[in-house]
Amino acid sequence: MSGDLFEFTLRLGDDALVAAQRLAEWTTRAPEMEEDVALANIALDQLGAARLLLSYAGELEGAGRDEDALAYLRSDREFRNCLLVELPNGDFAVTMAKLFFLAAHQRLHYDWLVASTDERIAAIAAKARKESAYHLDHSSLWVKRLGDGTEESHRRMQAAVDEIWPYTHELFAADELTARLDAQGVGAAPATLRDQWLSTVEPVLAEATLTRPADGWAPGGGRDGLHTEHLSYLLAELQVLHRAHPGARW
Amino acid sequence: MYGNDFSGPEEAPGGGLLGEVEAAETALREAAARQRSSPAAEPGVDLAAYFTDVIAADQKIEPRDWMPEAYRRTLIRQIAQHAHSEIIGMQPEGNWISRAPSLKRKAILLAKVQDEAGHGLYLYAAAETLGISRDELVELLLAGRQKYSSIFNYPTLTWADVGAIGWLVDGAAIVNQVPLCRCSYGPYARAMIRVCKEESFHQRQGYEILHTLSHGTEAQRAMAQDAIDRWWYPSLAMFGPPDGDSTHSEQSMAWKIKRFSNDELRQRFVDMCVQQAEILGVRIPDPDLRWNDERQAYDFTQPDYDELLRVIKGNGPCNRERIAHRRRAHADGAWVRDAATAYAAKRADQKEKVAA
Repeated sequence: MSGDLFEFTLRLGDDALVAAQRLAEWTTRAPEMEEDVALANIALDQLGAARLLLSYAGELEGAGRDEDALAYLRSDREFRNCLLVELPNGDFAVTMAKLFFLAAHQRLHYDWLVASTDERIAAIAAKARKESAYHLDHSSLWVKRLGDGTEESHRRMQAAVDEIWPYTHELFAADELTARLDAQGVGAAPATLRDQWLSTVEPVLAEATLTRPADGWAPGGGRDGLHTEHLSYLLAELQVLHRAHPGARW
Repeated sequence: MYGNDFSGPEEAPGGGLLGEVEAAETALREAAARQRSSPAAEPGVDLAAYFTDVIAADQKIEPRDWMPEAYRRTLIRQIAQHAHSEIIGMQPEGNWISRAPSLKRKAILLAKVQDEAGHGLYLYAAAETLGISRDELVELLLAGRQKYSSIFNYPTLTWADVGAIGWLVDGAAIVNQVPLCRCSYGPYARAMIRVCKEESFHQRQGYEILHTLSHGTEAQRAMAQDAIDRWWYPSLAMFGPPDGDSTHSEQSMAWKIKRFSNDELRQRFVDMCVQQAEILGVRIPDPDLRWNDERQAYDFTQPDYDELLRVIKGNGPCNRERIAHRRRAHADGAWVRDAATAYAAKRADQKEKVAA
């Protein structure tokens, strides 16, 4: 069981860590100064959740790995994040599409996990769900502003939603691990979250005058460490300094 | 998730200066409590004499008060330059967020850079009380017609530079800014009180980074020393040209915008750093640095003011890059800002229709 829980906690933690790394890339590059503050703030929330989750994963594993060992000393084949979070930031519309779909999922997932039979997961979720509510609110507003803003922003927002939509399926993909966790009341059966997610996401897209893409291609593999070509570069940057000084304290 | 768990607070910097910030805050409250009459509204009052009286009594000038045009212009220039520095200053440190060597350090750095954006916004708001818009000021920055602190034109080449910026650059900024907490213009003084408190926290974090490095592996110690070797003189230059060459000083002192001269503040900074460097276990790269018993202060080598001038004129290592980066972010974000404006206009229209 602790092996399952370790794997599950890693998935959650890696999603948050990789999302934080991407969001932080916006620092000093945002379209307005207020947005620089907001994106850094959201990145910080994701990083905070990642630290709690990875620390817990390290404890569950019991092999002496702390948050930094897990963040800095695993290769891309050992990362368990979904593909959506590792995709490049693209323009501001792509970033908001990614954040909107992720935050809607995290909000529902953390909401569910507050009742997890695992107390630590429940406690982390209780903290993270409040932050996710803000992330969802912030990204929803931008999806609406861009979708129903100018002709150009509408075109870009629709293109972003179309580009990112296929990657949302992985958020709800079930496997043997999720089935076992569901049976024990530790984690949600991913498919049950999909309907709720759609009823969060679809009205916002409609209000933004955007077309909800059809379901079709559903890339996956992140949970098995089979990533896009982007993750290895992201990790190279994240890990370069830490790996250059083995065993050093910072 | 981020915080300061450095033990031994008595060793860390910031203590005395923070006390001064708090004293300035108290003084500000007391000045506000001393209700002054408002003769400016009455006809026939000598406004210039009234302004001089307020300054002489250490009261605050507020946005609605009459002020000499040159006072207004000086303040706009100074506050705007300060705001620009916060915004451009995000870049050298932002450069290391993605590569920060631990998750805790990453969180602290991200929070710090976020604070700087907040300081920038706060200072632009203070400048706006003087009758200029933030958009105008940003245009002036992007056009190269207003300056930002010369220090941010130096590159951050290693992780230790993040520590050196915290300790030396933020340290110099605090020494410079603490007296501004008592500046005669109310909105600026209040902004400085808030900014100084956060800066002092940042300085401590920089100090903590260097402390860890200088007590770490040999490579880490070398990294820390190298960073200090590169940042020491540029930090000394942050206080501006020597008193004899400073163009704005005299008038600013008379108006109580500035309270100490460039050289006085620079001396104060050096005296503060020497002691901290000893505790840190790093060497200040000045062979002529020594205690002067007569002056009760350290003698030190002045920074290269020709270099300072070159950097201010646009020819430092990163001037082009920093401005190009800011311009690119501004240009790339134009369609987003346009969209937000268009969306807000549509919502306002809808509201009107509903109301009608």
